Parts: sequence; structure tokens; C-alpha cells
Amino acid sequence: MAFYLAFKEMWNNRARFLLIALIVALITTLVLFIAALAEGLGSGNREFIQKLDAELLVYQDNVDLSIASSRLGRSKLIQIRRVPGVAAVGQIATSNSTILLPNDEEPLDVALLGVEPGAPGEPPVLAGEPLGRSRANEVIIDQRVVDRTGLQVGETLTLKSIQGTEEKLFDLLVVGRSDGRGFSLQPTLIVPYLTWDKIRPRGSGEISNNNEFISNLVAVKLIDPATLRQVGELLENQVSGVQAVDRKTAYESTPGYSAQQSTLDTQRYFTLFIGILVVGGFFQIQTLQKVAQIGMLKAIGTSTATIALSAIAQIVAINAIGVAIGAVGSLLLSLSFPPTLPIVFTGSSVISAVALLLIVGPLGGMVSVWLLLRVEPLTALGLAQ
Amino acid sequence: MAEISTEMSTERGTENKLPEKVLQAINVVKSYGEGDTKVLAVNEVSFVVERGEFVALVGPSGSGKTTMLAMLAGLLSPTEGEIQIAGQNLTTMKEAEKTRFRGRAIGFAFQSNNLVPYLNALENVQLMLRLNGKLDKKGKERARELLTRLGLEGRLKNLPGQLSGGQQQRVAIARALVHDPEVVLADEPTASLDTERAFQVVATFAELIHEQGRAGVMVTHDLRMCRYVDRVVQMSDGRISRIISDRAEIDALAASGIH
Repeated sequence: MAFYLAFKEMWNNRARFLLIALIVALITTLVLFIAALAEGLGSGNREFIQKLDAELLVYQDNVDLSIASSRLGRSKLIQIRRVPGVAAVGQIATSNSTILLPNDEEPLDVALLGVEPGAPGEPPVLAGEPLGRSRANEVIIDQRVVDRTGLQVGETLTLKSIQGTEEKLFDLLVVGRSDGRGFSLQPTLIVPYLTWDKIRPRGSGEISNNNEFISNLVAVKLIDPATLRQVGELLENQVSGVQAVDRKTAYESTPGYSAQQSTLDTQRYFTLFIGILVVGGFFQIQTLQKVAQIGMLKAIGTSTATIALSAIAQIVAINAIGVAIGAVGSLLLSLSFPPTLPIVFTGSSVISAVALLLIVGPLGGMVSVWLLLRVEPLTALGLAQ
Repeated sequence: MAEISTEMSTERGTENKLPEKVLQAINVVKSYGEGDTKVLAVNEVSFVVERGEFVALVGPSGSGKTTMLAMLAGLLSPTEGEIQIAGQNLTTMKEAEKTRFRGRAIGFAFQSNNLVPYLNALENVQLMLRLNGKLDKKGKERARELLTRLGLEGRLKNLPGQLSGGQQQRVAIARALVHDPEVVLADEPTASLDTERAFQVVATFAELIHEQGRAGVMVTHDLRMCRYVDRVVQMSDGRISRIISDRAEIDALAASGIH
């Protein structure tokens, strides 16, 4: 009975219900795009660190976990390697550079990361070979570079670096391609650490520390990942002037990352709140418009539960239809976006946003159900107590 | 209008040997407020409606007739007294029980907002069968027959918005009778109709109540409609001022016009 009434009313007023479903669809689109933007920007920032094959990241102490500020020499690496529970270590050095592209294409700014070949920090390659020697003019490009430049394994890219006041060009052979390893919202080039030291941009008066290779981070792979906390504490005790954190703490400490994510989350939740108000407002107005009809239905013997269930069925159905249209529309629309846009629909973010929308949408409509429950059958006779 | 089936007439005819007093109001009082502000909307009202009898509840505005009808329907609880329908005491029932009872034992025709706007005429009538779990082949056939009997055979698929006021009221009458209720209650069923249609509607209503052996109560301010009823209960200031059972007196009252 409840579903019969719900369906009949929706079908009879399909234009009106479709309109509200389309509004829900637009809200869904907005929520999904904000979620995708958060994911896109977030992954662009954290991807490299998040995907590292290392449980701990070691920073210089007192730099507020700023990768750019942290400086760790080769000697620290050796000390870290000796800490019990550590399986492997690798230095990671970060910088920025620019790939020059043929045919007057706009040069591409990239993150230039120096890693030790075969050590934690070097990403696995999906195509080609891993890095060979520490001084080789080789590079692994991540998928983001491929998406933007079309470069392939076996090709040579030209990198432009400002060293001192001179603009220097370096040719690097693309030996491998990894999955997306965004760092600081940029596509990433991974080169052997000594090559990195040679080709990175630098100021003319930059201090050389007795030719000791200085990196920003040390990636630490543990013998047993479950001992992360203990090894981290041991490491900080045994090696002076360092701070060891897990990967999540590391990328959340990236400057601007948390602020950016919380801003986008606020937008997302605010949009959901608007959704609740819109759905709630629509069904509330609709309920107020049919008080006499509901009174009549109650008077002729329709139970309050049936009427409430009918309303809930409508709210859930309209919300679900709206969310489905919005979700499918968003995903289809996203297919037309260039890969340069930081909008990433991941299964988990879409599912969590859709699930949230399916739950919060009907919440707004619950006010109208409460109103329905309060309508007295006496209104059918033009009386009310 | 086509004749309703013989089977239906026999099944629901006045020959049933069920209790004669289908509806009883016993010393019913409805008051609002307390002390100096106490208002007696209905005061010590008692009357009986028998099977196959059609009673008009008349009186000027504020006489308590609609409040009385609301209590007869179980929509309002009396402050004192008892309402019995088919031997069941409505005043002692819980709300949910009363709702179920209304769906099963009472048929309604209201002044306005009678029909569900998104259901067509046939579906509106079938609604009562659906509520009572009687929407079988026989029930569907009965709904069609009633609407045909009421001259709406060409309007079965029309939504209420596509029907005239008179047609809507006839659909409401069919809905009030389709589920074999003990009592049929009507609140000013002709208020929004012109005179000719009003007479048609009440005449058909009375005919069906008599034919099917229901107990009918109609609240009306239009005394002309009394020509179709068997008894008139006149109310004034919450009390019964007069009960008229004599045909000639009823006809004389009906001739006097609107209250």
C-alpha cells in the first residue's frame, strides 16, 4: 500500500519529482567533483611518499617535517642503517626542474627526485628498467609525465636547470616508467642521486659539505613493518638530530596539504548540507501542500505508518535516482577532462561520497515525515484539535 | 445508470439478519476547556441508526453536528458517553485500532479533498479494497460496477482533476461503499455542488444505502437534501433539538430550504 501510493504519486507528478532528482544530481556532481579535486590535489601532493616502499621517513630534527628544509648527510644514512630492525635505507633528494619539449610545446615543470638505485625511494617500473648506476644519465618518468608529454621508455628528454646564473641543459635517457608518483603537485622525474646532484638547479654560492652527498629524506624499510613505532623511537635515540615518522605523518605535514584538504572537505560537507536542506525543503513544502489529503487518507483508515513509509520511500527513491544520475553524469563528464586537471575519481572516494549522499539526502526529508505524523485525520472534516 | 448486479444486491441486501442497531450514540458529550472557559460542543446526545437507514444530521453553524460526526467516525474522542458501531465500542479503542476499524467498518464522503489526486477514479475506489486486503478480482469488479452504477463508466481512468465536482462526489460515494462498511458517513457532501447535481448525488447515495443495507449519516446544512433521508436529527447548541421520523414532516422540512 505504502509503495503503491508512493509510486503513483511520483509517477503522476513525475516532472516535479524529476526536477528535484535533477537538483540532487547536480549536488551529487558537485560533491563528487570536490571529492575528486581533493583526491587529485591530495594525490598530487602525497603520491610519491604514500607509495614509497618504506615504512619510516627520517627528517632532520627541528625542521617541522619540512622536506625542503631537511638536510641529511651520507653519514646519517650509515648510522640509520645500523639501527636494529632496519632492513634497508635510501636517500631521497628533492628539487624542481623543467623538461623542454619539442615543437615549441610549453616546457613542463617537474619534481626532480634523486634516489639511490635499488634502495627504498626508487619506485618500481611498470615498463623499462630500474635505474642502473649512481652516476648514469638515466631517468625514470612517472605516469604523470607520460600523460603530459607522451614520452616513452627509450627516448631522451632534455632537462633545463639553472645553476648559478647559467641555464644548463641535460639529456637523460628514459629507462623506465613508473605509475603516478606526484610530488608537490608536479609530475616526477626520478634520477640516480649523484646524477641528481649534478643536474639539479643550484645557487652559485651553494655550500658543499666536504663532498658529502646531502639529501632531504632517508627512506627506511623495516625488517618487520609491525615494529614501526619501536624502531622509530630507537632510531631517534641512536641517531642524533633526526626525526622519524611514518608515511602518513610525512605527507600530512607537507606544507599546505592539510589546509588544502580541510578546505575541500569543508566545501564538500557544506554542499552535502545544502543537499539536505534542498531535499528537506522540497518534501516539507510538498507535505504542507497535501495536509488535507493526508488527513483524508488517515480518516479513511490508512495507518500513519503506511503514510510515513510512503513518504520515506519517495524520499529515498528520489534521492537515489538523483545520486545515480549525478554519479553517472560526473563519471561520463570526467572522461572528457585532460589528464592535466587534478581531478581523480577513485573507487573509494566515489563510493564514500555516494554512500554519504544516499544517507544524508533522506535526512532532510525526515522533517517532512515528522510533519506527516502530526497531521490529524480530523483535518479531513475541516476540524483540528 | 446501469443496475448493480443481482449478486451484489443479494449479498449485501437488507435481508441480512445482523443487529439492527448498527450505530448508537449514547449520552455523548464533547467539551473543550475547563471551568469558566469550558465550552460544550456536544451535550448529552443520543440517537440510533439502524441497518438500511439514512439519517440527516442538520443544524445551524456551531450546532455541533460536524463534531458529532467526527466522534461517530472515531476521529474525535467524546469527553463522556459512548459510540457503538456494529456492537463495538469506539470510545474504548486505541488509536491504531480505531484507524483499522475506520478502514474496515466505515465509509466516508467528505465535503472537499475527498479523493487522492494522483489516483484515477477507479483507483480511488479500489483504495478502500486495497486498505482492507480485498483487492481481488471480485473487488475490482465491484468497484467498476459501483462507478458504472453512478454513471461514471466513461470516467474510470480520469484523475480527480479531470472530473467535475459532482463526478468527484460520486466517486467518493463509490469509495465509501465499495468495501462493505457497516456505516457510511458524509460531511456536507453537496456543499460544492449546484442544486441539480446535489440532488442527484444525495439521491444516489440514499438509494445505495437503502439497497445495500448500510447505516448512513449525512451532515448537511441544506435542508432540501432531507427529502432523501429516513430520519432527521436536528441539533442546536450542541444538543438534539428535535428528531423527525414522520415522512410528511421530513418533506415539509426539506421544502423549507437551506438552514
